[in-house]
Amino acid sequence: MDIVDLSRLQFAVTALYHFLFVPLTLGLAVLLGIMETVYVMTGRTIWRDLTKFWGTLFGINFVMGVATGITMEFQFGTNWAYYSHYVGDVFGAPLAIEGLMAFFLEATFVGIFFFGWNRMSKVGHLVITWGLALGTNLSALWILIANGWMQYPVGSRFNADTMRMEVSNFAEVLLNPVAQAKFVHTVSSGYVIGSVFVLAISAFYLLRGRHVELAKRSMTVAAGFGLAASLSVVVLGDESGYTAGQNQKMKIAAIEAEWNTQPAPASFTLIGIPDMKSHTTKYEVKIPYALGLIATRSVDEEVPGINNLVDVAKIRIKSGMIAYDALAKIKTDRKNTTLRQTLDTHVDDLGYAFLLKRFRPDVQNATQQQIDAAAASTVPDVPVLFWSFRFMVGLGFYFILLFAVAFWLSAKRKLTTYRWFLQAAFWTLPLPWIAAELGWIVAEYGRQPWIIEGVLPTALAVSGTAAANVLFSLLGFIVFYSTLLVADIYLLVKYIKLGPDKTLGHNVEENLVAAE
Amino acid sequence: MDYEILRLIWWALLGILLIGFAVMDGFDFGTGILLPFVARSDIERRVVINSVGPTWEGNQVWLILGGGAIFAAWPPLYAAAFSGFYLAMFLLLAALILRPVGFKFRSKFQSTGMRTFWDWALFVGGLVPALIFGVAFGNLFVGVPYGFDSDLRFHEEITLFSLLNPFALLAGLVSVAMHVLHGATWVSFKAEGKPGARARAVIPWAALVFFVLFTVAGYWVLQLKGYQITGAINHDGPSNPTLKTVTQVAGGWFANYKALPILWLAPLVAYLGAFLAVVLRGKPLLAWISSALVPVGTIATAGLSLFPFFLPSTSHPAQSLTVWDASSSKLTLEIMLGCVIIFLPIVLIYTAWVYRIMRGQVKAETILSDSNANY
Ligand code: HDD
Ligand code: HEM
Ligand code: HEM
Repeated sequence: MDIVDLSRLQFAVTALYHFLFVPLTLGLAVLLGIMETVYVMTGRTIWRDLTKFWGTLFGINFVMGVATGITMEFQFGTNWAYYSHYVGDVFGAPLAIEGLMAFFLEATFVGIFFFGWNRMSKVGHLVITWGLALGTNLSALWILIANGWMQYPVGSRFNADTMRMEVSNFAEVLLNPVAQAKFVHTVSSGYVIGSVFVLAISAFYLLRGRHVELAKRSMTVAAGFGLAASLSVVVLGDESGYTAGQNQKMKIAAIEAEWNTQPAPASFTLIGIPDMKSHTTKYEVKIPYALGLIATRSVDEEVPGINNLVDVAKIRIKSGMIAYDALAKIKTDRKNTTLRQTLDTHVDDLGYAFLLKRFRPDVQNATQQQIDAAAASTVPDVPVLFWSFRFMVGLGFYFILLFAVAFWLSAKRKLTTYRWFLQAAFWTLPLPWIAAELGWIVAEYGRQPWIIEGVLPTALAVSGTAAANVLFSLLGFIVFYSTLLVADIYLLVKYIKLGPDKTLGHNVEENLVAAE
Repeated sequence: MDYEILRLIWWALLGILLIGFAVMDGFDFGTGILLPFVARSDIERRVVINSVGPTWEGNQVWLILGGGAIFAAWPPLYAAAFSGFYLAMFLLLAALILRPVGFKFRSKFQSTGMRTFWDWALFVGGLVPALIFGVAFGNLFVGVPYGFDSDLRFHEEITLFSLLNPFALLAGLVSVAMHVLHGATWVSFKAEGKPGARARAVIPWAALVFFVLFTVAGYWVLQLKGYQITGAINHDGPSNPTLKTVTQVAGGWFANYKALPILWLAPLVAYLGAFLAVVLRGKPLLAWISSALVPVGTIATAGLSLFPFFLPSTSHPAQSLTVWDASSSKLTLEIMLGCVIIFLPIVLIYTAWVYRIMRGQVKAETILSDSNANY
C-alpha cells in the first residue's frame, strides 16, 4: 500500500472509531436534559437518580469521544498536509470556530455536570446540562459545515499567487445547503442512537425484572424521543439525498447503480447486483418514478447516469488542462494578464486536470487515452455504495417501526407485557451504529476520488512523510484503540450490570411508593 | 484593517492561545507528572486527581483551539509543522489520548493493579506532552530541513532522531520543569493534607531547575545562528513562502532584543514568576498565580526572539515560514478575529464561573462520600 491508501485507511479507521462515541454523546446529552427537566419540574428524586445513572454511562462514553477527537483534529495536518495548505483558508475556519464556540462549552460544562450536583441550585444544574447538550450539538454543526464544504465547495475561489483555495463569501460557506442537510440528518442519527441505547438497556432490566420503575420511565422517554428522531432521520435523509443529487450527481448515480441516463422520471432500483466491470446491474427489482422523485423532486428532470457523467468529466478534464497550462506559465510570468484571464475562464475545471497527475506529472500534455482513464477514475465503488445505502435505509424504516411500537406500548402502560418486544428492543442495540457508520461510508467513500468534490483529488492531498511512518501510526492506532475499546466496553457493561442502586450507592426506588 | 496589522494581531493571538494552553492545561500536565510522587495511598492519589477533576476537560480545549487556530490562521504552518514532526505528533497524540481515559476510568476499576496502571498512564500523559512541546519549541531555534516545490507542496527530510538534538532536549527539560512547578503550586493550593504539603516541598526545587536550565538555554541561543530576512519583503503580500531571501547570523535570535530593549521584560517575567512562586509558597493561590507567569514569560521570550519567523528551514532558509508569508487570506483573518473577539470573553466568563463553583480544597471525605461522582 502506498502513502495515499495508508492515509485513507488511517483516516477511515480513526473517523469511524470517533463516530462510535460521538452519536451516543449527542443523543444521551439531550436525553439527560429531558430527564433532568422532568426532575426539576416535578421534584421527584427518581428522575434525578435517572439522570445521574444514565449520566455515569454518558461520562464513560464522553471521554472516549474526547480522546479520539483530538486525533481527528491533528490528523488533517499530520496526514493531509497538502490538503491543509490547499484549503486551510476555508476549511480551518469552521474547525477553529468549533473549538471556540462548542468544545469549550461542552468540555467546561461536563465537569460541572458530574461535580456540581451539590454545589448549585436545581435550576442552575439544569442549565449546565442543557448547556452541555447545546455544546455537543454546536460542535456537530461546525464540523458538518466543514464536511459539507468538502462535498459542495461554495463561497471560495482559487488564488494563483498562493496556490490555494481562499474564502470569497463566508456566508455561503455557513449557509451551505449540503451542510444543513447533513447536520440535521447526522444529529438525528445521534438521537436515534441515544434512544436505542436507553431503550435496549431498559429492556434488559425489564427482562430480568430488575429496576422496573426506573426502566419503565427511561423507556417512556426513549420511546417518545426516539420516535421523533427516527422519523426525522428518514425525512431528513431524503433531504440529504436531494441535496446530494443537486451537486454530487456521480454519488447519487453510484448509490443507485444507474449506469445510463434514463428518461425522466427515473425508476429506483430496490435491489440488484451492480457489476463494476460491465457497468450493468443484474437481477434488478425496480420501482418506477421513485428515483426521479427522490433526487430531483420533479417528474420531468433527468437523473444523469454514470457513463454519461464520465463523458462530462472528459470535457471538464480538457478544459482543466488549459487552466493548468496557464497556471504553470503564470508561475514564471506573474504579471501576465492574458494568462490570468485564461486561468479565470477555466479555473472551475482545474481540479479535473489534477486527476491526470496520477498518470503523468506534466498534465498539460496528456494523451486522449490518459484523459479517458482519468475520467473513468471519477466513478466511485458502486457495489459498496449501493449496498451500504440500502442497509442504512432499511434500518431507518425498522427504527421507526420499533419506536412506534414502544411508544404505543408505553402509552397503553404495557411496556412489560410482551417479552418478544423487550427481546427485540435489546437486540437492536448495535444496529443504529451500523446504520450510522454505513452512512459515513456512503458520504465519504462515495466522494472518491475527490477529497474536495471537483477541486482536489484525494491522491494529491497527502503529506510528504514516509509511508513507513503512516504504517507505524496506523498499526499504533489499531492496537491502542482496540485496547481502549475493551476497557470502555468492560466499564459500560460493569455499570449496566451494577444498575442504578449500586452505582449511586442508595436504593433509587425506595421513596417512590411514599411519593405516589 | 491592513493585511500587515492583521497578520501581527494573529501572531500575537497565536502567542496568547499558546500561553492560555500552557497556563491552563499546563498545571494539569504538572499534576499528572507529580501524581505518583506526591500521593502514595489510593485515597491520596484520588485527592490529587480530583484537584483537576472537574476542570481538566475545559483546560484541554486550549490545546485543541491552538491547533484549530493555527489551521485557520496559518495553514502552511499547520501543514508543515504537523506533517514534518509526524512521529513526534503521534507520540504526543498517544499521550494525550491516555489522559481523558485515565482520569475517567482509573477509579472505576476496583483492582489496585489497574489503578496503579492508570496512575502511570496519567504520569505519561503529563510528561510526554510537556517534553514534546518543549522539544518542538527548541527545534524552532535550531531549524529543521524542509522546503516547498512550485505547487507549494511541502517536502522535508526530518527524522524523529534529528528532532532530538541537544538544544531541543534542553528546551524540553525547561518545559518539563516549568510544568512541574506550575502543577506543584496547583496541587499545593487545591489538595488537602499530605499530597498538598509534599507538592509544596517540590516548588523550590522545580523553580531552581527551571531557573538554571532557562538561563543555560538563553546562553546557548546566543551561540546559535539566527535567521534574518534580507532585502524588502511585502508585509501585505500574498502568502507564498518562496518569494523572499534570508541570511543566517550568529546570535541573530537576539536581534529583536537589541533593537527593542523593552522586550527583555519577557524573560524577566519568567524569572520573576519562578522566584515569587518560591517566596509565596506559603500563600498557595498567590504562588499558583506566580507560577502561571513562568509560561507567560517563557513563551513570550521565545516568540519575540523568533519574530517574524515561525519555523526556520535549514535546507532552504529562504523558504522558512514567517508571519508575512504563511497566513490565511485577509478575509479569513478578519472573520476569525471577529469570532475571537466575540467568543473568547464569553469562554473566559463561564470558565471563571465554573472555577468559582468548584472553589475550595479537595478533601478525602468528600470523595469517599460520593464515590460515583468523583474520579
Ligand atoms: C456529528 C458530530 C461530529 C463529527 C462528524 C465529528 N465530531 Fe468530533 N466530537 C463531536 C462531534 C463530532 C462531539 C459530540 O462534540 C464530541 C464527541 C464526544 C465528545 O466528547 O464531544 C467530539 C469530540 C471531539 C474533540 C474533543 C473535544 C473536547 O475536548 O471536548 C475534537 C478535537 C474533535 N471532536 C474533532 C473532530 C474532527 C476534527 C472531526 C472531523 C473529522 C470530528 N471531530 C468529527
Ligand atoms: C465522524 C464521522 C466521520 C466518519 C465516520 C467518516 C468516515 C470516513 C471514511 C470511511 C473515509 C475514507 C474514505 C476513503 O478513503 O475511501 C473518510 C475520509 C475522509 N473524511 Fe470522513 N468521516 C467522518 C467525518 C468527517 C468530517 C466531519 C470531515 C471533515 C471535516 C471528514 C473529512 C475526511 C477526510 C479529509 C478524509 C480523507 C480523504 C478521503 O479518503 O476522502 N470526515 N471519512
Ligand atoms: C430512510 C432512511 C435514510 C435515508 C434516505 C438516508 C439518506 C442518506 C444519504 C443520501 C446520505 C449521504 C449524504 C451524502 O452523501 O452527503 C446519508 C448519510 C448518512 N446517514 Fe443516512 N439515511 C437514512 C437513514 C439513516 C439512519 C437510520 C442512520 C443512523 C442511525 C443514518 C445515518 C447517516 C449518517 C451518520 C450519514 C453520514 C453523514 C451525512 O452525510 O449526512 N441514516 N444518509
